Amino acid sequence: MIHQYKLNGYNIVLDVYSASVHVTDDLAYDAIHLIDEGKSVEEAKKELAKMHQDATEEDLDDTFSDIQELTDSGKLFTKDIYEKAAGYLKKQTTVVKALCLLVAHTCNLNCSYCFASQGKFKGDEGLMTFETAKRAIDFLVENSGNRRNLEVDFFGGEPLVNFDVCKKTVEYARSIEKQHNKNFRFTLTTNGVNVTDEVIEWANKECYNVVLSLDGRKEVNDRFRVNRAGQGSYDRIVPNFQKFVEARGDKNYYMRGTFSHFNTDFTKDIFHMADDLGFTELSMEPVVTEPSSPSALTEEDLPVLYEQYEILAKDMLRREKDGKPITFYHYMIDLEHGPCVYKRVSGCGSGTEYMAVTAWGDLYPCHQFVNDPEYKLGNVFDGVDRHDLVDTFKECNVYSRPECKECWARMYCAGGCSANALHATGDIKGVYEYGCKLFRKRMECALMMKVAEAEMAQEQENEA
Amino acid sequence: MKHIITLNTRDMKRSEEKGGCGECQTSCQSACKTSCGIANQQCENKNA
Repeated sequence: MIHQYKLNGYNIVLDVYSASVHVTDDLAYDAIHLIDEGKSVEEAKKELAKMHQDATEEDLDDTFSDIQELTDSGKLFTKDIYEKAAGYLKKQTTVVKALCLLVAHTCNLNCSYCFASQGKFKGDEGLMTFETAKRAIDFLVENSGNRRNLEVDFFGGEPLVNFDVCKKTVEYARSIEKQHNKNFRFTLTTNGVNVTDEVIEWANKECYNVVLSLDGRKEVNDRFRVNRAGQGSYDRIVPNFQKFVEARGDKNYYMRGTFSHFNTDFTKDIFHMADDLGFTELSMEPVVTEPSSPSALTEEDLPVLYEQYEILAKDMLRREKDGKPITFYHYMIDLEHGPCVYKRVSGCGSGTEYMAVTAWGDLYPCHQFVNDPEYKLGNVFDGVDRHDLVDTFKECNVYSRPECKECWARMYCAGGCSANALHATGDIKGVYEYGCKLFRKRMECALMMKVAEAEMAQEQENEA
Repeated sequence: MKHIITLNTRDMKRSEEKGGCGECQTSCQSACKTSCGIANQQCENKNA
């Protein structure tokens, strides 16, 4: 399968199954399209000559020679040979390697767009006890087989409402990781309200990553991210985050924002966080909400959002040239050292290698399924009892959704988000098409940036 | 090559032979939490 597109002055050709990325002149771009349509080289050559009347016979021959060379070396027109790899990772004895610990089913903010309904997940408020958290760590170790790297995310609600349990949980995990040959990687996701010097010191020592929630401009952030009295959080959280990030040095962090129908010009929020607040590691996600909500993104928003993603990619390239780069989570793509094909076709891991744990120790396939009784997998005390559900999630991969069959981006999304699919279509094996459209646009921009970066590197080499 | 430049990318076919250790990050356990993408993840297998 081939995907061709033009962006920022580049003709880009992606060979989907080899994941090869090519940049071509107009002649080769059209030639590849003609061959991809099923034309023979002779037919394609005739048609190409008509389309490019200034092209010489030598130009045409060279073009098809280039195409043949890439085809022979397995970088163009490759076939899908990976279906059998899709089930490989998950068909092995189920190994759990990541837990999302909902240490607080409550929040000190009251953001109206929150998919977790202010941490209550449409259920009761509550805090996880240390005993439950400790048991969750043991459950993870017991069910992780030979996997060494184990991930635990402190999530909620707002996890810092239950900071003592976060600290004790890390202390406990560290005390047992060596004897079990494990390496725990902790992530803290916080709204910033309770970020103190103690939190900063602890997180910078213990957490592999911190995810800091901020939506961007003050008026945008404060539209939704308000306290229970309805007051905006921006003025309180921004100085906390700046202090946090400054103290973090070169350790991982993300400023994580949400955009909605009310700020489809979300690049202004990203640039505000970069230029006015000094953050460089940025993530901005489309809101996940009911289609009837006023904040829900609409079909009419799509062209605007596509343009925004292009503006962002081009501006990031400008910043790179100026020596002041910023990172956007969805444009981070490592073509040379990225995921192997097993990872690319295996699905996201929810309900199999990744589970969410509620404050009471109940297990769900991921944080977006919490408190949906149909999706309760078991609990950390007695283990998983819905093996049928685990098996269903095991079957979620690139090949399980017919809609994905024709999608060029499927090797970059691993089949998409089951929770979004459920909420959009009523079936975890459905497809959240709106999210797919945005994902494809982001991938086009990310790949274009790689092409531009390769060109910049070549220019620098030539100058040297 | 006169008309096409090819970027360096990981050999998918070879990764089928050498990959699959499963040590990499779980897809959603990072910054997004509401969408799925694996393109931005690093391979943990230094020998693959």
